[in-house]
Amino acid sequence: MKIEARLLVGVALFFLVTGVGYWFWSYEQSGTVMLIGAVLLGLVPGSYYLWWSQRMTPRPEDRDDGTLAEGAGVIGAFPSSSIWPFVMGMGLFSCALATVFGTWLLAPGFAAVFAAAIGYTVESRRGGTI
Amino acid sequence: MASLLGVTASPPSTSVPGPRDDGRGRRGTLQSRSHAHGDDVGRHAQRRRRLAGIGAASLPLLLGGCQLPTFYGYRGQTSQAHDEFLLYAGTVIAAIVVGVITGGLILWSVVRYRRRSDAMPRQFQYHIPLEIFYTAVPIVIVLVLFGFTVFTENKVDNVSPTPAVAVKVTAFQWGWRFDYTNQHVFVQGVRTDNPDPVGLNGNTCTASAPTPNDCLGPGLVLPVGQTVRITLVSNDVVHGFYVPQFNFSRYALPGVTNRFDFNVARSGIYRAQCTQLCGLYHAQMFFHVVALPPAQFDAWVTGSQPQPDQSSVAQPGTASAAGTAGTSGRSASGARSAGASGSSAAPSSTVAGASSGTTPTGPASTAPPASNSARTTPSTASTAP
Amino acid sequence: MTLLQHRPPAGASDHPEHAEHHDEPTFVVKWLTSTDHKVIGINYMITAMVMFYLSGFMALLMRVQLSSPSGIGMSLQTYNELFTMHGSLMLYLFAGPFAFGGLANYIVPMQVGAPDMAFPRLNAFSYWLYLTGSITMLLGFLTSTGAAAFGWVAYAPLSTSAYSPGPGADLWIISLFLTGFSAVFTGVNLVATIFYLRAPGMTMWRLPIFTWNMLVTALLILIAFPVLTAAMVFLWTDRHLGTHIYSVAGGGVPVLYQNLFWFFGHPEVYILALPYFGVATEIIPVFSRKPVFGYKGLVFATIAIAALSTGVWAHHMFTTGTVLLPFFSLLSLLIAVPTGVKFFNWIGTMWRGQISFKTPMLFCVGFLLAFLMGGLTGVMLASPPIDFATHDTYFVVAHFHQVLFGTTVFAGFAGLYFWYPKMFGRMLHDGLGKAHFWTMFVGFWLTYLPQYVLGLHGMPRRVATYPAGLGWASLNVASTVGAFIIGLSFLIMLVNLWVSWRNPVPAGDNPWDGHGLEWFASSPPVHHNFEKLPPIRSERPTWDYNHPDARTIAHGHGTADYELVGAGARGASGAGDGTTDA
Repeated sequence: MKIEARLLVGVALFFLVTGVGYWFWSYEQSGTVMLIGAVLLGLVPGSYYLWWSQRMTPRPEDRDDGTLAEGAGVIGAFPSSSIWPFVMGMGLFSCALATVFGTWLLAPGFAAVFAAAIGYTVESRRGGTI
Repeated sequence: MASLLGVTASPPSTSVPGPRDDGRGRRGTLQSRSHAHGDDVGRHAQRRRRLAGIGAASLPLLLGGCQLPTFYGYRGQTSQAHDEFLLYAGTVIAAIVVGVITGGLILWSVVRYRRRSDAMPRQFQYHIPLEIFYTAVPIVIVLVLFGFTVFTENKVDNVSPTPAVAVKVTAFQWGWRFDYTNQHVFVQGVRTDNPDPVGLNGNTCTASAPTPNDCLGPGLVLPVGQTVRITLVSNDVVHGFYVPQFNFSRYALPGVTNRFDFNVARSGIYRAQCTQLCGLYHAQMFFHVVALPPAQFDAWVTGSQPQPDQSSVAQPGTASAAGTAGTSGRSASGARSAGASGSSAAPSSTVAGASSGTTPTGPASTAPPASNSARTTPSTASTAP
Repeated sequence: MTLLQHRPPAGASDHPEHAEHHDEPTFVVKWLTSTDHKVIGINYMITAMVMFYLSGFMALLMRVQLSSPSGIGMSLQTYNELFTMHGSLMLYLFAGPFAFGGLANYIVPMQVGAPDMAFPRLNAFSYWLYLTGSITMLLGFLTSTGAAAFGWVAYAPLSTSAYSPGPGADLWIISLFLTGFSAVFTGVNLVATIFYLRAPGMTMWRLPIFTWNMLVTALLILIAFPVLTAAMVFLWTDRHLGTHIYSVAGGGVPVLYQNLFWFFGHPEVYILALPYFGVATEIIPVFSRKPVFGYKGLVFATIAIAALSTGVWAHHMFTTGTVLLPFFSLLSLLIAVPTGVKFFNWIGTMWRGQISFKTPMLFCVGFLLAFLMGGLTGVMLASPPIDFATHDTYFVVAHFHQVLFGTTVFAGFAGLYFWYPKMFGRMLHDGLGKAHFWTMFVGFWLTYLPQYVLGLHGMPRRVATYPAGLGWASLNVASTVGAFIIGLSFLIMLVNLWVSWRNPVPAGDNPWDGHGLEWFASSPPVHHNFEKLPPIRSERPTWDYNHPDARTIAHGHGTADYELVGAGARGASGAGDGTTDA
């Protein structure tokens, strides 16, 4: 986890240096704002990882001598199929088209997004198929 | 103004500014120019063949800029452009050296290390000194290049505090307007139909330009050997002010005023065009630079300045025709009408109304241009004598 | 059905846990509901290929129009729509999604030894957003006023409702919302997968370079795409809600659009390029039978390119006169350094190797040469005075086509030829592949070299017609001929796919003697990828497993890393008890 944390904190530091340098060289607002945004992008997850990496034992995938046996066991939940991403995608598609072809498309769009949101949640809670 | 309205209807004999009183001398100038340096594209093909053998060996030539091959670029007709050309040529030479070395290494590896047997190659992965070497060398190259870049950039971007001539260039969909602020003269043209310029720009320009298509659109008349300040603005969308032989382009941005200088080195006619996509007729938004010796430039200015007897011809109502005018208002008579009305908004709308019989090749134009060109009222109009 | 995936132990031959294999859904249902990263990856690649062929067809139409100064009678509006959609399809809908949606989706989980992406349903959702976004963009052609016609950059005053009315432009903007979110979700997914789902022993410094590049690309996506979305929201509100963010009349700032767009747009170039660098870095070592040269240097070079790429956005705006030239010039020039490092790494990898020129390797060599030329002209353009002379001319067009075509097409199709056997368990025909390469290679240079000259002569980009008599016509004809040769090469590609479909030649699990974990799986891989894993003691575990006598000669670091190759599972040390696993 240490390297991941350093990577993200490094991103933050790089943009901090660039952003400060850019501001005092150019006094241009939009670029500075975007660079500071990039600082936060690195800093928020990076500081969390850094904090956590100081306190955890290195995972098997963090150690050069990690073995497959150490990693055995449940590593996560991976649904093999679900219809809800498709439903939600179509719902957003409909909502997006509504901005061009007429607001009536919002109705099926919202309906699909709403249904998909419920479907997602129920699916996750039941931990099983639809 | 009457003559303005009849840009294409009237004989185009007065179309090229300047040489009316000194036409022969002018033409002579252009001929001597074409002898002195054949940089125009028409001759480029021959030059290209001669350049075919250029290699990395020309590095020492960097010192003597005049002997440098052009690498298909322009040597530049302004002092700024020439500085840019030297940087360009030097960079090309450096790029050729780097490219030959790197490409050579690639091709060498490809040829030399083809699989010849099933022997297992040595599985090496790191060579720290070598890695430091090929990191450090590019850094040095890049920093040297950066030094030259800043040096050239400062010269190209340098703005003189005391320009001899100031021109305000206004870009709009899809044409150009050149205001000679202190001289109370302007030239304006809406977009030019491609590809038939003859009759739009007058035969004199066509005859003396390197090719007929080098003088499309309105003409930006500049004096040779003097510092010219260009102030560039846009009335609607982003346009690109680009003169290839000046090795220079700059955006005309709405809401932003850009200033830069030209020191034109040689008289001649230089093709120019909008480079930034600006809508439907972007491809037809031409202009050209007419570089004249100072005396001829002054004569052109004098001849173009307002003449009181033409002041009553303004026809503001014709402005709406501008969008589909499909012609160039660039002509000596057009320019002469600049401050002619001596009042308010008349000149620009009149110029914009200079519609001809030429029809656009594309679909019917959209609405905005009319109002755009109407907005190009020169600030000088009200102060004209 | 949710599977609680267990990590397969080393050397375990078969795993009984794939209960979901018993009831395979029908094709359509599978396509609609699958959350398997491999299915989604292939969906992405097929969609991206369709976009590529459509976009290439548009390019051919434009080249025909440009073959004569006055054109072939195509209307200016049509031409403007064509180059806008050509650019948009290639950049937003082909090059990026093909890499980080297609190849990365398929390959990254396999290379890190994961059963799937970290968020499989989010992954599927990304694909549906991408597909619907693509359809949205293409819908513009069906509207009465035509598709968007303001160039793929959509500079602000031109793209506002005053100058680009009509639904085509709106559809274009909406499409970028959808695909933008799709990209961000994929980026999150990739980062989470690489951070959390690596197999034991697969430390960050053993990630294959392709995965490293995808990690860096994903971070770049997360930095860049939200800015694009913001820029598009502003544009949309300007068009429909009467705001004046980009219009001078209401006190807005048109240049802001360019700043926002290029803050996305330049990292986007590397979002497009870095994955393909990774592809080349996977392929060259395999066909040279050597480890990648300078692995760590290469990783740092990738990170450096990505970092610098976010600080150079205004080099697209040198001629606006509103940007700080030295700052952007210096950072742009500095990108040449890590890029040069990559070149020497690739050369060093081939050096003293045993290079066999199968189709993927041939494409990689083409990529190296194309990218070399594009890169060198890129260094030139990083210098503002040279940019002043060539900005928005065909010089720039030739430059970025050499870079982008060189990376996304040469290296991209190298990747396709390389991993196709893994994805479908059958080979592509090598002879047809080589024919594809050589026609494309010839067409490529014939198309773009004349464009450099045209640009230096001052031919602007995005023009449907140009003046006759300037000597441009013959160069344009050469370029058009080249474009059609490229087109021919992609017909050969289709033939190749058809041949492989009709007369499958079984590939086997590891046809190229590959390096990464993906070659340890079966071809095509089973549902959750691995039934067994080799011990991971370097960035090329499969190679180490197959060639225990040809391990990497460690130089300067971690010599002990390589002792355990082939030794199977070491006893659990007790330190890593798996509590932190996802």
